[in-house]
Amino acid sequence: MEQPVKKGLDLNRRPMPKQPVEVRRRNFEEVALGYDAKLAMEEASRCIQCKKPGCVEKCPVEVDIPGFIQAIAEGDFERGVRILKAKNSLPSVCGRVCPQETQCEGGCALHRKAGQIAIGRLERFLGDWEAAQPDFMLPEVAPPTGKRVAVVGGGPAGLTVAGDLVKLGHEVTIFEALHKVGGVLVYGIPEFRLPKRIVEREVEYLRRLGVKMVTNYVVGKTRTVDSLLEEYDAVFVGSGAGLPWFSEMPGNNLNGVYSANEYLTRINLMRGYTFPLAPTPVKRHVRVAVIGGGNVAMDCARTALRMGAETTILYRRSREEMPARLEEIENAEEEGVIFRYLTLPVRCIGDERGWVKGLECIRMELGEPDASGRRSPLPVPGSEFFLPFDAVIHAIGNSPNPLIPQTTPGIEIGRKGNIVADPQTGKTTKPRVWAGGDVVTGAATVILAMGAGRRAARSIHEYLTNPGEW
Amino acid sequence: MFEIIENRMLVPNVHEMTVHAPDVAKSALPGQFVIFRSEEEGERIPLSLADWDVESGIITVVYLNVGRSTAKLATLKAGQALPTVVGPLGNPMEIDYYGAVLCVGGCYGIASIYPIARALKEAGNKVVCVLEARSSFLLYWQEKLSAVADRLIYLTRDGSRGKRGHVGNLAEILHALPMRIDRVILNGCNYLMMRGSQETLPLKIKTMVTLNTLMIDGTGMCGVCRVTVNSETKFACVDGPHFDGHQVDWAELTQRRKAYLQEEILALRTTRPL
Repeated sequence: MEQPVKKGLDLNRRPMPKQPVEVRRRNFEEVALGYDAKLAMEEASRCIQCKKPGCVEKCPVEVDIPGFIQAIAEGDFERGVRILKAKNSLPSVCGRVCPQETQCEGGCALHRKAGQIAIGRLERFLGDWEAAQPDFMLPEVAPPTGKRVAVVGGGPAGLTVAGDLVKLGHEVTIFEALHKVGGVLVYGIPEFRLPKRIVEREVEYLRRLGVKMVTNYVVGKTRTVDSLLEEYDAVFVGSGAGLPWFSEMPGNNLNGVYSANEYLTRINLMRGYTFPLAPTPVKRHVRVAVIGGGNVAMDCARTALRMGAETTILYRRSREEMPARLEEIENAEEEGVIFRYLTLPVRCIGDERGWVKGLECIRMELGEPDASGRRSPLPVPGSEFFLPFDAVIHAIGNSPNPLIPQTTPGIEIGRKGNIVADPQTGKTTKPRVWAGGDVVTGAATVILAMGAGRRAARSIHEYLTNPGEW
Repeated sequence: MFEIIENRMLVPNVHEMTVHAPDVAKSALPGQFVIFRSEEEGERIPLSLADWDVESGIITVVYLNVGRSTAKLATLKAGQALPTVVGPLGNPMEIDYYGAVLCVGGCYGIASIYPIARALKEAGNKVVCVLEARSSFLLYWQEKLSAVADRLIYLTRDGSRGKRGHVGNLAEILHALPMRIDRVILNGCNYLMMRGSQETLPLKIKTMVTLNTLMIDGTGMCGVCRVTVNSETKFACVDGPHFDGHQVDWAELTQRRKAYLQEEILALRTTRPL
């Protein structure tokens, strides 16, 4: 039910200060600077406190949004944090990377008048306010149940499961393949959009709650899920979508051609942007092409720009069909990323030393809507043309990581290599094993993975407290 | 953190490191690899497992001190710790009864061929090992290998030990052997594996190689280890690292290996202490 919009409402969404374009396009510091207390309280005061809040309905982790907004409006930030953290263990992350426009803010009663409350910015404000306090406020943890849970993968899904279950008194251990916990939050999303210290802080919070974290541990290789089941009462698999796609065209194995995962991992996880200070090498490219139109494509393009390259996004449909968040598209445009729509690369062309020197592309036109409801792009015959690039980044998606599916007998695997799990509970076809996040859905968003983690945690808790009934 | 038990130079520039990594040791199979980091914020270095012991939980790798990160690795001492030892990664080498198998190791490949030769021997094969080096002073692990091989053949460029020559003389060696060889396994630098594969191709002997590609995560996530095998793109980390040497696109692999040569040099040029 939409709420009636009364006259005299404050529809003036408070803008969030950002680094000026000319400055930020050359550094890796965070672009958006966040609200101060005054702006946050002003923004929060605009909330009309709907009786049936549309925002909460659209939040995958069911945060009591009007509750924490009311607390901010009253200046009681501590209460706000408590309300927020009751449902979301990673507010500073979600406030930055959630697609609020299609979730909470899309459900806001003021959305119709384009004055929706900046819920994401307020969430971020509370998360950051808490972090600036001298002491973490730790919630109450239930007495130990003696039950042990293994969480495979330290990304958004796994962190959520771990946080929820540890608060309920279960002993939780996260097994992470890389050397840092955080998954896509540390290897994928760039520093300028999500500073790594924020992820570290949220991870530290979970550690303080009692979550054990084992890094450098590849479940499926170092140890199998079956072997974990001998020692743990339940296993949650959140191993992510770690197998990159390359668009089908000749020349993808030329030097200078990257998957988005490789490019972003070199820069983010390995801190390649400080090379040679950090020893993982990164090339200084001059002209970079990014293939794709999602958030990952925007991240790659804005990263390449900051590394000093002229950067072009090649997308086969038009701006309207681009799946990236509007805010990210606008940021990229402002910073000077070049967008070439209705353009499909068909061939990477290399030089005599095996380095890419450009892309042969073909122009596209939009035809009838396809299964996704978007107008499908069709090549215009004879419209091939050449664009010079010394690097090409494929940002067109990922498949679920195959390591667990390959090494876990008895777990049902879907057509796309994903683990099959009940969307309501995260239960897989293998007893005592739950799964959620990108390994189930294919590449999606941080918050959807967290939502899946929340539901799985609930189901795991039911099982652990009432195993007889399962 | 993973405690270093020992780190010593075996022969000039070639180092052996043993590390306490019990979970890796427990799951390791011949032909798998591990990834080390020698320091916080350090590069991820893929290295073949050369030996392991389940009981003590100790694993062994042999590496060449060749760049910024392996140079750092070489400075570490027993009792210090590595921030990352992860594995075992990749597929194991296919081990079965083939009859007679020729195992060729050069450089760090002398060490990585050892667990493969050992497993082949245990599977009942007749195992002939060829150890290739520029000169006799670069040979190591002879005792370990002679314990698992039916015959050891030395091949040095200067003839200072065994036969004078290099992997390009593999066909001659195969012809001179008293038995027919049913399979060849090559471990070493990509050049050695490429040249060896060229030698066995006309002889129609199935030849397996263990590729050295660039890697970051080693779990299939980044795809920098792409290699063309039999006209298909494979990821060396999850589809390999073992492939049929007659099907590998060696020219492409060689190019891809060189991608960061300039940066490697830049990283070495720093005056900052390691």
